[in-house]
Amino acid sequence: MIEFRSVRKQYDDGTVAVQELSLTVPVGTITVLVGPSGCGKTTLLRMVNRMIEPSSGAVLVDGDDVRDSEPAGLRRGIGYVIQQAGLFPHRTVRDNVATVPRLFGHSRRDARRRAEGLLERVGLPAELRKRYPVQLSGGQQQRVGVARALAADPPVLLMDEPFSAVDPVVREGLQDELLRLQGELGKTVLFVTHDIDEAVKLGENVAVLRQGGYLAQYAPPEQLLAEPADDFVTSFVGRDRGYRRLSFVASDGLVPGSVDTVRIGDTSADVPSRAEWVLVLDPHDRPRGWLPPGAPIHGQLTEDQLIAGGSLYTSGAPLRGALDAALSAPSGLGVVVDEDGVHLGVVTARQVLDILESRRHPAVAEGATQ
Amino acid sequence: MITDIAAWLLDPANWTGEEGVLRQAWLHLLYCVFAVCAAALVAVPLGLYIGHTGRGSVFVVGFGNAMRALPTLGLVTGIAVLFRGSVALAALVVLAFPAVLSGTYAGVRAVPSQAVDAAKGMGMTSKQRLWQVELPNALTLLMGGVRNAMLQVMATTAVAAYVGLGGLGQLLIEGQTIGRYDQMASAAILIALLAVLVDLALAGLTWLLVPRGVTLTAANTGARPRGRRKQR
Repeated sequence: MIEFRSVRKQYDDGTVAVQELSLTVPVGTITVLVGPSGCGKTTLLRMVNRMIEPSSGAVLVDGDDVRDSEPAGLRRGIGYVIQQAGLFPHRTVRDNVATVPRLFGHSRRDARRRAEGLLERVGLPAELRKRYPVQLSGGQQQRVGVARALAADPPVLLMDEPFSAVDPVVREGLQDELLRLQGELGKTVLFVTHDIDEAVKLGENVAVLRQGGYLAQYAPPEQLLAEPADDFVTSFVGRDRGYRRLSFVASDGLVPGSVDTVRIGDTSADVPSRAEWVLVLDPHDRPRGWLPPGAPIHGQLTEDQLIAGGSLYTSGAPLRGALDAALSAPSGLGVVVDEDGVHLGVVTARQVLDILESRRHPAVAEGATQ
Repeated sequence: MITDIAAWLLDPANWTGEEGVLRQAWLHLLYCVFAVCAAALVAVPLGLYIGHTGRGSVFVVGFGNAMRALPTLGLVTGIAVLFRGSVALAALVVLAFPAVLSGTYAGVRAVPSQAVDAAKGMGMTSKQRLWQVELPNALTLLMGGVRNAMLQVMATTAVAAYVGLGGLGQLLIEGQTIGRYDQMASAAILIALLAVLVDLALAGLTWLLVPRGVTLTAANTGARPRGRRKQR
């Protein structure tokens, strides 16, 4: 557990980075500090491992005031990941990760063995272990940065905008990877970002900070999106918050409907009624695209006669995926698949909206269906 | 003229003996290596300290510029004439000092700030940070400073001959005195040749010292060591 008790940071020139601020980061959860630049989020994070000392107030890690520990020793027990990873250019990937175990006095062999285990855990291909950081992509470097921070198995992990410098696709992969790791490891993570989407995706709790070091709201992400505390939070969480909130709405009660299907390689004779959109599957029943109503088929059905499909909705995922699948499909029918990508049925946007409506007025909806 | 120089250089009599090329070149080399090593003994720790703590960086910049503005040859000759004897070699140490100092300082400052921040954040002590992170990554520029210093000292060591210490400058001064311009030109060529050879040796040493990851990083980001300053 990390506890900020009325911490305040004022610099000698009078600038206040953090106003009197109290915050508790629960054990085994990811807590995100989010806000525009100059809101003091990084300052707060760096107070935890004494990279910055508060002017007043106290920071406690697992009940102990961090000021009671000597800085180097304290930091060795806290994982630290920064933007662009900050890997040591002169050390191989493996030796970068082995650094902290070495600082703890482990033999080079033990430290390297531990490093190799961690690199595997964060999903870095084994053949990259003996490369140097410069020979890795940004995303791979950041994986190494995470492995290095985990090398001493610290209970607390500080992550300062770790994924900001990589492109969006890679960033999404790294975020998923972090969530997967956190599921296995259950660390107490304090994560700083300026990206509200990242905050909402990763955080079990999100602290929104305002310029000048004020805590605007501290809440679980769904509450943040549903009930922003003030105008600042409202504008910071953005215009799509109603839609984004669907990421936290369970899909109970969503029953996929059926749709006509054909397979790649079928001929026009196999195609059923042509007044509706027809879903095209591959031999393993995975969706490949759509045939528009009445479109002629010449000979065997091939990929290039199809209209590309929308996003796929994995059954059981939150409603946001279902709505997006329906909205992005040319047919207006969101394709539902199981975990292996096999087609289960289709949903419409109307179904999603009805579920939302029924939850808003349970009695009315039940009355309507009876 | 060229044939005269070639003839002088090819005459075995000029190469051997107490006053011969081989002995003078050896002395020349010895003085230079001594001067640069002595300078490095102070300049490297000082540069590391200033680079690591950030304290006194004004001194490095100011001192470096002041030294560049000084008429070096005049200074060196002045010290040499004033003090006579082997104390004159102190002049060469003074000459080598600023290049090594600023190379070391620049090297430490050029270490990626994220790497230093990470080192601090993972719990390295100040000393561990200096030895394990800053020094290895500073070596390219540090060695650049040493090569700079060596070239400057190589060119100026001729002055040692003024105070009777010998070196390839001896041949130069002697040639002037007796009006043998072929000997003077030969001596000048030999000094240049020696300087190139020593620089190559230092390049090799740099290659051995600098960690491979750092070399690769420099090659990849285009952040090559700063070009060596031009000689007078």
